[in-house]
Amino acid sequence: MAFIDYYKILEVDKKATEAEIKKAYRKLARKYHPDLNPNDKEAERKFKEINEANEVLSHAENRKKYDDYGENWQHAEEFEKSKQQRQYQGNGQQGGFGGGGFSGGGDFSDFFESMFGGRTSSGGGRRSAQFKGQDFNAELHLELKDVYTTHKRTLTINGKNIRINIPAGIENGQQIKISGMGGEGSGGGPKGDLYITFTVANHTKFKRDKNNLYATVDLDLYTALLGGEITADTFDGKVKLTVKPGTQNGTKVKLKGKGFPVYKKEGEFGDLYLTYQIQIPINLSEKEKELFTELATLRNS
Amino acid sequence: MNMENLIPIPILCAHYEVEMSFFTNLNEMGLLEIKTIETSQYIDSDAVHEIEKMVHMHQELDVNIEGIDIVFNLLQKIDMLQNELTALKNRLRLYES
Repeated sequence: MAFIDYYKILEVDKKATEAEIKKAYRKLARKYHPDLNPNDKEAERKFKEINEANEVLSHAENRKKYDDYGENWQHAEEFEKSKQQRQYQGNGQQGGFGGGGFSGGGDFSDFFESMFGGRTSSGGGRRSAQFKGQDFNAELHLELKDVYTTHKRTLTINGKNIRINIPAGIENGQQIKISGMGGEGSGGGPKGDLYITFTVANHTKFKRDKNNLYATVDLDLYTALLGGEITADTFDGKVKLTVKPGTQNGTKVKLKGKGFPVYKKEGEFGDLYLTYQIQIPINLSEKEKELFTELATLRNS
Repeated sequence: MNMENLIPIPILCAHYEVEMSFFTNLNEMGLLEIKTIETSQYIDSDAVHEIEKMVHMHQELDVNIEGIDIVFNLLQKIDMLQNELTALKNRLRLYES
């Protein structure tokens, strides 16, 4: 557990006045407030930090304790005891750092908890109690093949099992909202919502752009030259293709409706684009070299 | 009229400790829709999430109604840009091996 420099967090001098601390806190709170920085974990972390710093520095007793012990905070309790014994005043003022009953708080660093126990006052920030329950955020990691078909999945969110329907065609980074699956509201307020963000990894040979899929298909030189039939993979099976004689390297073919399912449009699919990649034979035998030379001569004459 | 999803404004005023004028001003600014049934005024429960954000901005950051309007416009823009960025990142995967 490391010492936290609260002055540095609020970007103020150690001699800063109460007003300067308040001003610095408010400025940083405006910058990192979670309602102004949605889905920004870094801002959320900074906001917690500045709130904690404010909790200590805007509260005279807390600030004094913090200033007195500073980096020696781990010995604070011992110092405190010996000081009390020396002074023997017993005025009962030392009990002020107990746990505080602040509704939205509680998320403090180990350093803070060990020095102050919990939130000690409502500090400088007024935080109104939530009416609507807290929204929950979850991230679901899936493979591309998982989102090819609509399926159900059971998730455990805050110890509760929730069965959700995952529609085929969901995109990487897409977020869906499930109403009423968040925390309980207060004072008759509605429940919060559950937001699920999907991360879709692709370990297939197909590349996806929305509903279209792209892949390359190896084509041997002779089929490219003379034409013929080949079998190519689609996402969920195989397809027979007729290759025209004289097919060039990089030729694209479009297979309509063989792409990825369209989100929430059952039975609708994008297209599959195949690019032919012609394989040039290597390690030619003497006979092959002879024949290719003959072909070359024929071409050039 | 389905009243199930409607929350009476006085309940919200009491809960958030704000004046009725806060909601009427937001309504005038087009930031929320107040529904009047007989003589009572309500807000759709779907709007509570946004309202809560507005209350926080107002109470915790001292942002006035005009400021809230500006912030919400910018947040909408950020949301749009973030969606565009995700879509572009997904497209970029096409060119990455």
